[in-house]
Amino acid sequence: MAENSLSFKGTKAQEEELMAVIAKNKDLPGALLPVLHEAQEIYGYLPIEVQQMVADGLGISLSEVFGVATFYSRFSLNPKGKHQISICLGTACYVKGSDKILEKVEEKLGIKSGECTPDGLFSIDSCRCVGACGLAPVMMIGEEVYGKLTPKEVGAILDKYINEEGGKQ
Amino acid sequence: MTIEELNKIKKEYEELVMVRKVVKEQGEEMAKHTGYRKQVLVCGGTGCTSSGSKKVIAALEKALKDNGIEDEILVVRTGCFGLCSLGPIMIVYPEGCFYSQATPEGVERIVKEHLKEGNVVKELLYKETVHEDGSIISLSETNFYKKQMRIALRNCGVIDPENIKEYIALDGYQALYKALTSMTPDQVIQEVLDSGLRGRGGGGFPTGLKWKFAKGSEGPIKYVACNADEGDPGAFMDRSILEGDPQCIIEAMAIAAYAIGASRGFVYVRAEYPIAVQRLQIAIEQAKEFGFLGENIFGTGFNFDMEIRLGAGAFVCGEETALMTSIEGNRGEPRPRPPFPAVKGLFGKPTVLNNVETYANIAQIIYKGADWYSSIGTEKSRGTKVFALGGKITNVGLVEIPMGTTLREIIEEIGGGIPNGKKFKAAQTGGPSGGCIPAEHIDTPIDYDGLIAIGSMMGSGGMIILDEDTCMVDIAKFYLEFTVDESCGKCTPCRVGTRKLLQYLDKITKGQGEMEDLEKIDELAKHMQKSSLCALGQTAPNPILSTMKFFKDEYVAHIQDKTCPAGVCKSLIRYEIIADKCKGCTLCARNCPVKAITGTVKQPHVIDSTKCIKCGVCMSNCKFGAIITK
Repeated sequence: MAENSLSFKGTKAQEEELMAVIAKNKDLPGALLPVLHEAQEIYGYLPIEVQQMVADGLGISLSEVFGVATFYSRFSLNPKGKHQISICLGTACYVKGSDKILEKVEEKLGIKSGECTPDGLFSIDSCRCVGACGLAPVMMIGEEVYGKLTPKEVGAILDKYINEEGGKQ
Repeated sequence: MTIEELNKIKKEYEELVMVRKVVKEQGEEMAKHTGYRKQVLVCGGTGCTSSGSKKVIAALEKALKDNGIEDEILVVRTGCFGLCSLGPIMIVYPEGCFYSQATPEGVERIVKEHLKEGNVVKELLYKETVHEDGSIISLSETNFYKKQMRIALRNCGVIDPENIKEYIALDGYQALYKALTSMTPDQVIQEVLDSGLRGRGGGGFPTGLKWKFAKGSEGPIKYVACNADEGDPGAFMDRSILEGDPQCIIEAMAIAAYAIGASRGFVYVRAEYPIAVQRLQIAIEQAKEFGFLGENIFGTGFNFDMEIRLGAGAFVCGEETALMTSIEGNRGEPRPRPPFPAVKGLFGKPTVLNNVETYANIAQIIYKGADWYSSIGTEKSRGTKVFALGGKITNVGLVEIPMGTTLREIIEEIGGGIPNGKKFKAAQTGGPSGGCIPAEHIDTPIDYDGLIAIGSMMGSGGMIILDEDTCMVDIAKFYLEFTVDESCGKCTPCRVGTRKLLQYLDKITKGQGEMEDLEKIDELAKHMQKSSLCALGQTAPNPILSTMKFFKDEYVAHIQDKTCPAGVCKSLIRYEIIADKCKGCTLCARNCPVKAITGTVKQPHVIDSTKCIKCGVCMSNCKFGAIITK
């Protein structure tokens, strides 16, 4: 995974936004989770530099922040791709073969679940139930939902995104 | 807000909303007083949004304008109707016409032909609602809805969840008024006790008793909390309630707060539910604006306020002590009980924590009385239960049934049976903590004790239907992989035990299992049940134990015969082409990534099992069903 990680590049504006979030929540009991949620919104992920700012801002240790950030699956310490692909591995999707969808996506992009392509365009995650069980098996790319999928259809869907990106370059 | 003001809003909106609840003729009469000739309800829940209901609503609004009838037709975006597999769902009232799988193109026709010219577009209706003689039945008369009884879901798919006035129109906040002005906290608790309501999150603990303990705990500060961290993959009851009827949770929490003497509430909801979070946030703001939250509610001196806290994707946070630890801003690890939350809960204060569905029953119990509620269901399980029906079933969706309904009724009548002519094998309830109900127990009445007696459990409401193509060892392994991922690691029996169980299952599904592994699994499972700190570890072995109990022959087949009877476990299966069915179209050979299939055009093909990597591409490509697994 480390080879895929891009080095941290935060902007001044992001930092100011984070400081405002910390100031707003500082006195809230149990502030760490809400702050980390917003920090991830701002930066897209929670690199150690951001965790350090949160720790300093809330007056707690970095180890405590790290402990919480790594406990919850929603928080990511690694950057995500421009197109975040998540494949539902909830029970309803699993019994309808979503594991095969995941395999196909991994094969096509040459990365594993939890990783990001070296060009930063795609990342794959598996998730537990997006709640669209009526459409099982389900894959999401960004906000777009692809339901009632078969492994056969996966290639064409990804090609659409790959071609779009190719066209821009 | 006074009761007069409340009743005024109720009266004002009553007919508008009741048009959607009464029979067609009555609805037509009512519609005359509402200013809208017709109402179109479109589901804006997660399921239908995923299948494109936003585009449908946009197309609908545009088409109404284009036809110049936008002032005569009311468009309402509701929460979940329950029939997610037919989404996006669109209902036209007063006639109750049920358009399924709506598309923007279809909507243009519906607007022009039905809404403008008055001719129902029969071919776009859900097929079950059109009889052979051309007559149409309404949504509530379909098999899916007929057997249901909606208490917790009463407003889902009926009202606009972002408009508090529609909630008020259907008796909203009458229960809170009744509790605050004519009942003592003890009477409220007694009413909940008498109703027989038990925790719908899966534990089944009597709700009234929980409240009683918290009321009895001394202290100036107490909290009420709502568990909306619905972690069972494949369950979406709580989400649908929050999306479809968020006010009912606010009202119930206010009632609970009054009963135990709290003035502050927390809803802990999954961050993965953006629509639910947003609607709940809107609902809280509206409730504040109308004076149902805040200070001196209904002029009684009772104060109550609440806020949302987001979960961050940890299954263990559905456990009550872990949930509280998480709200406090820590890693969501459970704490030993006692002390129970009713004595020492959130921030060390006495706390009542109930699940969303439990709260969804409260206002009705207080408003209509415990006698009414306790007349529904079975002796020890009163009321109804909501299930998220999924997996190999025709009608995937949300169903609410009176306790005591049999599994057969759910599957065959409400669920519409198993698709593709396959045979029903088992229903899995309770997700990673639950067990399975095999075909031989299909007539078991569903209630807390009935399911425990056959070695399964009610669970929070996930119900996944499995057919003959599902391998029970594989499904047990699926759940174990889940609990290994989600074990918080605090206590050893769970952290190490789940991993060890998974290793056994992995061995068995690879054809390397031995018969004594089954005994070792059984022994380890019993230790975990007894010695794990929280319910996650205590219940983690359930999926294995119940599949071993009912499907032991499948385990034995994997171990002794080295075969997977359902044809799922990769190491144990072989792909074969049935020569009689193969037309020699060459599609499989062209798609095989390792060139393991050979044959000439129009002649049966053959798979070389030494080259085959068992990816299944051939089988999914074959148009003649000629490829099978053995």
